[in-house]
Amino acid sequence: MAAANPTQIRALIASHKRWDTIFALCGLLALMLGVLTFAALFLDMALDGGARLSWDFFTSYPSRRAGQAGILSAWVGSTLVMLTTAFFAVPLGVAAGVYLEEYAAKNWVTDIIEINITNLAGVPSIVYGLLALGLFVYQFGFGQSILSAGLTLALLILPVVIVATREAIRSIPQVIREGSYALGATQWQTVRYHILPYSSAGILTGVIIGMARAIGETAPIITIGALTFIAFLPPSPVQAEPPFLSFEWLFSPFTVMPIQMFNWTSRPEAAFLTNAAAAGFVLVFMTLAMNGLAIWLRYRLRRNLKW
Amino acid sequence: MVSEKPMPKAEAKKLDFFYGDFRALNGISMAVYERKVTALIGPSGCGKSTFLRCFNRMHDLYPGNRYQGEIVLQPDNANLLAGDVDPIEVRMRIGMVFQKPNPFPKSVFENVAYGLRVRGEGSRRRLEEKVEQALQDAALWEEVKDRLHQPAYNLSGGQQQRLCIARALATDPELLLFDEPTSALDPIATASIEELMHDLKQRVTILIVTHNMQQAARVSDFTAYMYLGHLIEFGVTDELFIKPKMKQTEDYITGRFG
Repeated sequence: MAAANPTQIRALIASHKRWDTIFALCGLLALMLGVLTFAALFLDMALDGGARLSWDFFTSYPSRRAGQAGILSAWVGSTLVMLTTAFFAVPLGVAAGVYLEEYAAKNWVTDIIEINITNLAGVPSIVYGLLALGLFVYQFGFGQSILSAGLTLALLILPVVIVATREAIRSIPQVIREGSYALGATQWQTVRYHILPYSSAGILTGVIIGMARAIGETAPIITIGALTFIAFLPPSPVQAEPPFLSFEWLFSPFTVMPIQMFNWTSRPEAAFLTNAAAAGFVLVFMTLAMNGLAIWLRYRLRRNLKW
Repeated sequence: MVSEKPMPKAEAKKLDFFYGDFRALNGISMAVYERKVTALIGPSGCGKSTFLRCFNRMHDLYPGNRYQGEIVLQPDNANLLAGDVDPIEVRMRIGMVFQKPNPFPKSVFENVAYGLRVRGEGSRRRLEEKVEQALQDAALWEEVKDRLHQPAYNLSGGQQQRLCIARALATDPELLLFDEPTSALDPIATASIEELMHDLKQRVTILIVTHNMQQAARVSDFTAYMYLGHLIEFGVTDELFIKPKMKQTEDYITGRFG
């Protein structure tokens, strides 16, 4: 190209930069579309249901009268189901992830397992519900209980936990492993002293994000037969007399937040829709709180890790 | 100069090494002498790091790697590469320091104590003694004694590398492998590591891979020049650098090649 004069060069740059501006605007628009839609939904729900949010709303059982109905059995049910889910999904998922990354031979069998796990993450949740209905509810005889629901959701988030564990483990530099092995450590010692501690931030984040997904799941819980109207709480896990701990609650009938919402939205009276909005607000808030916790934990635990 | 006749601590005998189908080492036979520093030099890709990592069976960590031939370790005259020898046992006897300082993201103390913990040492007092001794041997004690329980990542690069040396020393290795230990360090930190190696060879045999020929000349008693997986020349460092027998070695050390 012949030597251009500065004015021409500037004109050329300006025309190129227009595309920067155009793309930046498109990107911003795309971003806002998502963010604003969610914000509008959340705000709408808050406005609709905000008035219902009171102490009584959290401490009352569902009722035929919308004004007296509350979410006590729903949030207690959701909490207990989540605890059960975490109890099963975390050890299973972490062990599977560690095995795949650190122990499994890299061959076609491992490849197939990997592809399957990725696919499992995409299986519709109602399919898990059907599986659980046959397996946990009838075959194992756990019934329509918190245990069945917890196991179902544990299966559902297992792929998320496995993938998160593997990604967290993969981010540990190879020189750290070699440093451990060079000192005569076994695989288990390396996993125990290095791999697990250094990947715990990533694993926790994955677990919480999986739980945040599970807490909003409705379809599989309905499939296994959670009740939609329940006016009692599961037996307390802590008892006054020895042995003080009781696991009876695991076999108790229950309901969860999204089912309570679903129930209220299907009522004709407007007052129940207000209740549903209030419950939805609480549910979204629980999810956001869990995600917030994940971010905070990741920040806290990663502060000490530098490679 | 080497005066008395040195004893071999380890000896490679017709050692071949394969990464899958690729033959990375061809019939290497050479000795690593007791309480001496032996340097491995040669252009990139000549197999010197591959050779070094045979000594602690590091290649066993990855699939598809295969050894042929022997590395015999004294005094028990045992072939390290034999199929029935557990690589973990080999690594318990032979320490290694890596190219880039790789302290664990733990405290200074825990880094040095790790090798002992792996060996089942549980007594706090014994751990403290051993850690202090190793840090002193690595000429790091004075600099870190007041921050033993702070993260090792707060140390400078040179201190981190000396910490890695202390970590390897804490378990009293018979042979210490250095894989280009100063390539990530500045000249002052490099000098302190070289000085340290000089002190360490009083009690431990050292095998070092280096890219830097001046370093090989400064720290080593013996030098091996490798090229494309072959051992071209092995000899007393002073002789190899002043009067190499092979034309190829001379071309490399005078900078005409490589």
